[in-house]
Amino acid sequence: MTATKPAKDLRNTEVRRNKIRENALSDRIFGAVVLILSILCFLIILYPLWFVVIASISNSDLVNQGKVTFLPMDVRFYGYEQVFSDSRIWNGYMNTIIYVVAGTALNLAVTMPAAYALSRPDFRARNVVMTYFVFTMYFSGGLVPLYMTISNLGLISTKLILIIFVAVNTYNLIIARTFIQNSIPNDLYEAAILDGCDHFTYFWKVVIPLSKAVISVEILYYGVFHWNDYFNALVYNYKQSNEPLQMVLRRILLLNEAYASGNGGVQGGYGQSSADQVKYAVMIVSTVPILCVYPFVQKYFEKGVMIGAVKG
Amino acid sequence: MKGSLKTGRSKRSIGWYLAHDWQLWVMLLPAVVYIFIFCYIPMYGAQLAFREYSFETGITGGKWVGFKYFEQYFTSSMFGTTLKNTFTISATSILLGFPAPIVLALIINQIRSSKWKRTVQTTVYIPYFISTVVMVSMLNVLFAKKGGVLSDFMKTIGLVSPKANLLGQAKYFVGMYVGSGIWQSMGWNSIIYIAALSSVDTQLYDAAKIDGANRWQRVVHIEFPVLVPTIMILLIMNMGGILNVGFDKVFLMQNTLNLSASQVISTYVYDVGVKSSQFSFGTAVGLFTNVVNFVFLLTANWVSKKVTGSGLM
Repeated sequence: MTATKPAKDLRNTEVRRNKIRENALSDRIFGAVVLILSILCFLIILYPLWFVVIASISNSDLVNQGKVTFLPMDVRFYGYEQVFSDSRIWNGYMNTIIYVVAGTALNLAVTMPAAYALSRPDFRARNVVMTYFVFTMYFSGGLVPLYMTISNLGLISTKLILIIFVAVNTYNLIIARTFIQNSIPNDLYEAAILDGCDHFTYFWKVVIPLSKAVISVEILYYGVFHWNDYFNALVYNYKQSNEPLQMVLRRILLLNEAYASGNGGVQGGYGQSSADQVKYAVMIVSTVPILCVYPFVQKYFEKGVMIGAVKG
Repeated sequence: MKGSLKTGRSKRSIGWYLAHDWQLWVMLLPAVVYIFIFCYIPMYGAQLAFREYSFETGITGGKWVGFKYFEQYFTSSMFGTTLKNTFTISATSILLGFPAPIVLALIINQIRSSKWKRTVQTTVYIPYFISTVVMVSMLNVLFAKKGGVLSDFMKTIGLVSPKANLLGQAKYFVGMYVGSGIWQSMGWNSIIYIAALSSVDTQLYDAAKIDGANRWQRVVHIEFPVLVPTIMILLIMNMGGILNVGFDKVFLMQNTLNLSASQVISTYVYDVGVKSSQFSFGTAVGLFTNVVNFVFLLTANWVSKKVTGSGLM
């Protein structure tokens, strides 16, 4: 790093060689430390996940006694059977799918055109409009006025509010805008204009096809948000039939509401020792779908996070 | 930035711009309207903090009472508790949670085997996708008082006393909250740093090697400085949320035993404002938080500009 004089004399070269030789040893130690630390991180992240998986197929009595640690014991699939026969879970699943699909579609329909408009360098009002959006990132009216606004609109306890809430997230808007601005050459726009394109056609025919990467990122961000959201359902919805999966999970996992509805409860030795399996099974059944989406968008999302970091 | 159409720089009337830009305005309209309804109208409604709420006249029609509800909050016993809890959780999160992804990124970046690197990266991202409900449930089983695998492990190695109840004692709440937060978001937050590290000019490494810098020195003198601008921006953004302890996880982790450490401002606003319908009071507490956050953000931004020359605004 530090600027050194050109090494002309032999001694200097000699010193340097020694230094490099010393480095070979210290670098090897360094490499070993890195390896150990990375294994440690890997295990710390992985173990809790692994535990949930093995607990979901092990005898619950053994799990509760803390005997199941690394491998499943007394394997059984009672928990999964219970989960799949529970109508509340299916209802929650259906609702969540509606919220995720409709919500994310709406998110894209609102975010992408707005991002395009804000990316146009010749759009005079763009800085004003951008400030209008960014201000809401740092200041808000608070929960109660928001609740009352939604209530005045008559949207409490409707499916609609859970779809349209957070239709556009400013952070995601900035990501999309920055992407469009930086990776779609302005020459394309000028050529399109000469060919008689207007903004709508250009957006639809050129910008959207070229924005696949950022659209994947947006789908991932918005989709995960909708999938995992329980807060909005908690505050703005009181109807059990509208509850998304996460609220159902909350009932089963945290409020310890009885599961196995309609089965007359779990009785007998086998059922008893598997009862808590349901909890673990529920955790897995609710997380796996969102994990399955991830590999498909993985190649894009690192890029997306990076774009988001560059505040434009 | 200031690029314009070929036709140029000549002065144009407002009418020309409207005719030229109307399509862009149409495309912006849904987002602008949405933000207006769900962000700006509630901001306007925040004046409820200074008014009595009445069912007949709505949010803005009640009698003006000035700072009555702020005083009520400041003098209530919950003021000290909620403020202290919120601040403790937030500050600990930033202090411990902020450096974690930076260190992780530096470690991952140093891994030589690309296969192992890929494996570690993919694994550390997974927890990000776990919902808060599932996360808290995992805490409940892993750290259960009896038979929790991780609480047993911690007791065995003497990290906590054998009688500790990690989920039910107020003194463990912050640790559990922050620890699980780091576990969940460390990997995801490291992406941004890993991406920044990949932009390091390889010539710098070669030059450093010739100058006799070992790997550790290269990390300290090349890689870390590359991360500094990213670190500063993220730090400022974090500071802006200092009183914004996420409602989600705290609310789910709350139980009657740990309430003295787990009642934070956001959960308190929910309790008084939404659940027990003290609308004006809830609004006042919320508004107070927002103003404090905003001041923190501006201060952090100002300090950063002074110190490093780069800021958010």
